[in-house]
Amino acid sequence: MTGAPNDPIQPTEARPAEAPASRDAAFWAKDVSTLRVGEVPAEAVNLNVTGRRVVGPLQGFGRLWQKTYRVDLAGAGVTPAEVIAAWKANFQDLWPEGNRFYGPLTGIGPGDVALLNLAMPGRLRLSTGVLVLYADEESFTFMTPEGHMFAAWITFSAAELDGVTSAQAQVLLRANDPLYELALAFGGHRKEDAFWRHTLGALAAHFGVAEEVETTVVCVDRRRQWANARNVWHNAAIRSAVYTMGAPMRALGRSPRA
Amino acid sequence: MTEGSVTMEVRELSGRASVIDIKGDVTAASEQALGDAYTAASGQFTRTIVLNFGGLEYMNSGGIGMLVTLLVRANRQRQRLLAFGLNEHYRQIFELTRLDEAIRIYDTEAEALAEADAT
Repeated sequence: MTGAPNDPIQPTEARPAEAPASRDAAFWAKDVSTLRVGEVPAEAVNLNVTGRRVVGPLQGFGRLWQKTYRVDLAGAGVTPAEVIAAWKANFQDLWPEGNRFYGPLTGIGPGDVALLNLAMPGRLRLSTGVLVLYADEESFTFMTPEGHMFAAWITFSAAELDGVTSAQAQVLLRANDPLYELALAFGGHRKEDAFWRHTLGALAAHFGVAEEVETTVVCVDRRRQWANARNVWHNAAIRSAVYTMGAPMRALGRSPRA
Repeated sequence: MTEGSVTMEVRELSGRASVIDIKGDVTAASEQALGDAYTAASGQFTRTIVLNFGGLEYMNSGGIGMLVTLLVRANRQRQRLLAFGLNEHYRQIFELTRLDEAIRIYDTEAEALAEADAT
C-alpha cells in the first residue's frame, strides 16, 4: 500500500483484503437460533413457534421422503421469476380452504417467520410455523420448527425447459415424531399430497392454465431415527389440542364476576 | 466430473478415505456430478469421504438438499462425511440447516484427514 508523502498516518502493513461476499449471501436467512413470530391477526392461534429451533430432515424421526409436485404452465407466457413473484404474493390464497398462512406483510424473504394454522380432524386447528430459509427470484425454501408434523425443507421453484415454464414444490421430510409417523401412514401422506396438488393446481389456475399436477414420491431412507423419538415432547398437534380443550376454562377465567 | 458450473474431482488418499474437491456452484442441477463423484470416491473399503468446499462459489437450498441425500447414501454404506474449506458464510448455513450435526466441519484438509485416519 502506498500513501501520499505527507500523509500523517502511514500504514506499516497492508491489511488483508476482505473476502468477497458470496453471490448467494443475500438469499439465506441469517443467525437464526430460535424463532420469533411478529404481529399476527387476533383470530390466529399463535402457539408452538416462538422460542422453537428449526429442524431439518436430519433431526426428524420417520422415514425420509422426497415428494415432488410439478405443473407445466404451458401457454401462460410467464418467466420463472414472474411465477415465483406471484407465488410469494398469493401464497395464502393458493392453499386449500381452512388452512391459514400468516406471513409478514412485506412478503416472503430470507429469515422471515410465518405462523401456520392448519385444519385438522375434529375442527382442531394445529398451530405451527415455518422459517423462510432461502429465497431468491426463482425459488424459496421453508424450514420447519420443532413440533411441526414434519422435520422438513420445502422448496418452491420455477424453471423453463424447451420454452415451457413449470412450477414445482419439493418436500424433503421426515415425520417429526412417532405419532406423526403413524398419522402419515394412516392417511397423512394422502392428505399431504392432496394439499400440494391443490396448491399447484391453484397456481396454474392463477395463470389461466388447467394442467394435471405430476406427483413423484421417493423414499430416500426407510430407516427411522429412534434417537429422535423424544421429539414428541414438542408435538404441536397435542399442544394445540390441549390449548383448544382449555378454551372454555380460559373464557370462564376472563368473564366478569357477578 | 462437470455438470453445469460445478466441477468435482476425486482424490483417493488411501483405501479408507477419499476427498471430493468441489469447485463452482452447488445447486440441484449438480446432483448427477455429485453422485458420480461419490461413486468414484467410494471404494469397497472406503470409510470416510471428505468434501472440500474450498472452491465453492455459490450454493442454494437445492444444493443443501442434495447434501442430505448424499449423507443418507453414505450412511447406508457405513461411511462418514467430513467437510473442510467452508468460509464463514457457508459454515453459518451448515449451522442454520443443522447439517453440521451430521457432517463434521474442519478448518483444513490436514485436520479432516487426521480425523479420518484416527477412526
